[in-house]
Amino acid sequence: MSDDTLNKALFEFLCRMGDNTLVLGHRVSEWCGHAPVLEEDIALANMSLDLIGQTQLWLGLAGELEGAGRSADDLAYLRDAFDFRNLLLVELPNGDFGKTLMRQFLFDGFQSLILTELTRSSNERVKEIALKVKKEVTYHLERSSDLVVRLGDGNEESHRRMQQALNELWPYVGEMFIDEPEDKLLSEAAIAPLPSSLKARWETLMRPYFAQAKLNVPDEGYAHKGGKHGTHSEHLGFILAEMQFLQRAYPGSTW
Amino acid sequence: MSMVQASAVNESEIRQWLEEVPDPEIPVVSLVDLGVIREIKRDGDTWLVNVAPTYSGCPATRIIHDDVRAKLYEKGLRPSDFQVVSVLSPPWSTDWISKSGRQKLADYGIAPPQPSGKPKACPQCGSSDLELVSQFGSTPCKASWRCRSCLEPFDYFKCI
Repeated sequence: MSDDTLNKALFEFLCRMGDNTLVLGHRVSEWCGHAPVLEEDIALANMSLDLIGQTQLWLGLAGELEGAGRSADDLAYLRDAFDFRNLLLVELPNGDFGKTLMRQFLFDGFQSLILTELTRSSNERVKEIALKVKKEVTYHLERSSDLVVRLGDGNEESHRRMQQALNELWPYVGEMFIDEPEDKLLSEAAIAPLPSSLKARWETLMRPYFAQAKLNVPDEGYAHKGGKHGTHSEHLGFILAEMQFLQRAYPGSTW
Repeated sequence: MSMVQASAVNESEIRQWLEEVPDPEIPVVSLVDLGVIREIKRDGDTWLVNVAPTYSGCPATRIIHDDVRAKLYEKGLRPSDFQVVSVLSPPWSTDWISKSGRQKLADYGIAPPQPSGKPKACPQCGSSDLELVSQFGSTPCKASWRCRSCLEPFDYFKCI
């Protein structure tokens, strides 16, 4: 395998990592000023701040590796929907507070597992970012799991909403664990794990929380997919329209 | 302003200067107290000042870099004499906050980070009867807690 092929695979992978945090960070930031209570508003804003900060690291490295002079900002603001590599899960509309939290929880579980693997990456730069980001994500998972349990095992209404959120989001979980051709190359080079290798661990990590939250895990195996190679739902275009407006309308503007 | 020669200063002098730079969000602690100033070393004619980011999304990171530059300039170094470098590895940890930094935080009303992951005592009245209000507080590095004895809410510096 040539260095070039591996480099391209790594670029794809870093875009997946960075686009997940970028799109989820943008989604979560939509709560700013709208959350049910002030403390949650602040927490959600801080979460999205973490996610956008992590995006800088992933996309910054992607741009550097690509060697075409694109910065993290260029990648975030000047690519079109078909160039985005995020999971469909993270671009879904927020729904209610419970659905936002459930999505966060499903993602945090996956993220904490993949980051654990990346802290052992053979690529020093990837490893360095993973070691930094893992600390933040561990904290995110602590928060989202705690709230999922409290609301799932809360009152009738909160339980109903959490179960509904899980049912609606479940078909978007499978995509996390699909291996793409790039994943195989990166796994052989010990740079990143095969997503499929994380599935069993994810189940082991998440099931006890679902049980504690008194939530039934759907047994449906169907998975929506396409995000990892640029086939997105209609929702991503709307996010980009809002997020990229300024740079599209006034190219290169700074403040 | 008088200029100093980059070769005439040493590492500990620079570190001392940076002790005068307050954290932009928690001005009672200096950047040195906070543990974000890492290695300071010569690279040819240039001083490299390594700075570790606290949280990857912390908006203060950029200000911290600017403040370090401004201080070195104020002390008489020319902009070409130094470079502020962001280093991710090893990742910043609250273990790096100095002992005096912890005391300054507590005196200011922010409970310092604890290995147990929760504050030891209310920074106002010292009570240990405490409850978590929210895992996030006024900045990414803090959580919100409340004292059940004096009923005062307070910030707790998260342990990472």
